[in-house]
Amino acid sequence: MSVAVAVRHRLGDFALDAAFESQGRLTAIFGASGSGKTTLINVIAGLIKPDWGKIAIDGAVLTDTEEHLALPVHRRRIGYVFQDSRLFPHLTVEQNLHYGRWFAPRGDRYAQTAQVLALLGIGHLLTRKPRQLSGGERQRVAIGRALLASPRLLLMDEPLASLDQPRKEEILPYIERLRDDLRLPILYVSHSLAEVKRLATDIVVMAEGRVAASGPADRIAQRLDLVPPEERDEGGVILDMTVAGYDQAYDMTSLRSAAGEAYVQGKVGKPGAVLRVQIRARDVMVATQKPKKISALNIFRGRVTALDAAGPAAVNVTVDCAGAPVIARITRQSRDTLRLAIGLEVYALVKAISVSPPAAAPR
Amino acid sequence: MTWLELSPDEWNAVRLAVALLLARRDFWGKSLVNGLVHLPLVLPPVVTGYLLLLTFGKRGPVGSFLNEAFGIVFSFRWTGAALACAVMGFPLMVRAIRLSIEAVDRRLEAAASTLGANALWVFLTVTLPLTLPGIVAGMILCFAKAMGEFGATITFVSNIPGETQTLPSAIYTFTQIPGGDAGALRLTAISVAISLAALMASEVLARRVGRRIAA
Repeated sequence: MSVAVAVRHRLGDFALDAAFESQGRLTAIFGASGSGKTTLINVIAGLIKPDWGKIAIDGAVLTDTEEHLALPVHRRRIGYVFQDSRLFPHLTVEQNLHYGRWFAPRGDRYAQTAQVLALLGIGHLLTRKPRQLSGGERQRVAIGRALLASPRLLLMDEPLASLDQPRKEEILPYIERLRDDLRLPILYVSHSLAEVKRLATDIVVMAEGRVAASGPADRIAQRLDLVPPEERDEGGVILDMTVAGYDQAYDMTSLRSAAGEAYVQGKVGKPGAVLRVQIRARDVMVATQKPKKISALNIFRGRVTALDAAGPAAVNVTVDCAGAPVIARITRQSRDTLRLAIGLEVYALVKAISVSPPAAAPR
Repeated sequence: MTWLELSPDEWNAVRLAVALLLARRDFWGKSLVNGLVHLPLVLPPVVTGYLLLLTFGKRGPVGSFLNEAFGIVFSFRWTGAALACAVMGFPLMVRAIRLSIEAVDRRLEAAASTLGANALWVFLTVTLPLTLPGIVAGMILCFAKAMGEFGATITFVSNIPGETQTLPSAIYTFTQIPGGDAGALRLTAISVAISLAALMASEVLARRVGRRIAA
């Protein structure tokens, strides 16, 4: 599973000049609105013909302007889930789902209707018309429609952006299942760092039409300097932790990691399962002495490895906790009061952590 | 039967093609084609009829050719009356279809092509079904125009009873002779009945189609 993209394209005042390669199961294309994310995947889908470009999936070349090669959209076999679902209003859900089926070459039709229906939980909707569906159902049907065309790559353009929070929560687990259960690379466009940190195995950060950084999700997530200002509150690290046990009396799950023990509320995962843990920088405090008599349960000891300015009053402190980085966003004033410096031994107090249920896909 | 004697369905196909061309493509001379298509809407019907007579009449350039090559005669035949109605109804129908083609969400067509449909399939499975209400509306408009068409018909094919006489021209004839009132009234009643039935049928049809494709 590999996707290689290099594109140059000019659209009025906007110039797209992006190149990345990814072997990930779910590569998030992340950036502020107007950074060229959607233009980039429209070029990949063939909906926009680039001025210059080379695009290949698993070595199969779709576009190579130097060779005057541009496979037409309908022969690319790239599934596309649009932000606005775009279900055909005159067809039933079932007809929508099967629309792409007959166009795929017989030998390449790998998608199984029953499997896709079960994966997305849409079996009971088949006889309905798109207008009779809720926003979340519509988007699941759109995902199913793309999958049943047996694509070799799935593009998702902000599939959750038009939904409210409960609907997003409804769909996120399905996307996690796509990522973990199918052998289908996914490119997932989003401006929401929370979504990206929860879903991505790899991240491509876009800014002003260029790729600012790309690589494995845990590595890119640490680069808080890449986070656009409006998403700054969501910035933080992703860590892999193993479920150690569940304490029924307190309804708490304990997790093990290189950094130490951690606790989350409720029962999450089975013992031994690897969970993806997100720690937002704004939820982390720093202390230079081991805090006593404090309600916070998650306290990691480590050394300061970086101090980066984050806006006029804030500083991001990277604390290396036995190989696991934790980033805290504190004020400049606190930094000076505590006399934080690189190499200093500190305690990172984590006020809130969030875990995403199934395992972060091993790569 | 030859290529020029088109059935109503074939005429509809021609109108659909022209509407599609005008709605979607930019090409050299587009405004000229657009103007020619819409000309019968603006010209006095008598002028259109006279132009038809000049072109498709027995001595006209197209008419004489058709007569010699295929033995087709339009002038002063019922086929000519049909041609006149088709030409007069053409702009109305093209307009209605064009508007509804322009109203089709092109993003749906893009979605269809990402699912593997080529241009023809996209047209047949997405554009055409979504244009259906416009086609129905255009057909009704065209029918209404043909029902009432008088000027172009009478100029092109005259008013020959049993051959080229249409409902309006028959009523006109009745009003020109003494004691023709009864006949004129009878025909008036018939035309009111036909028109009303057509309008109601179109309403039902349009509602049914609209419900089928409503988003």
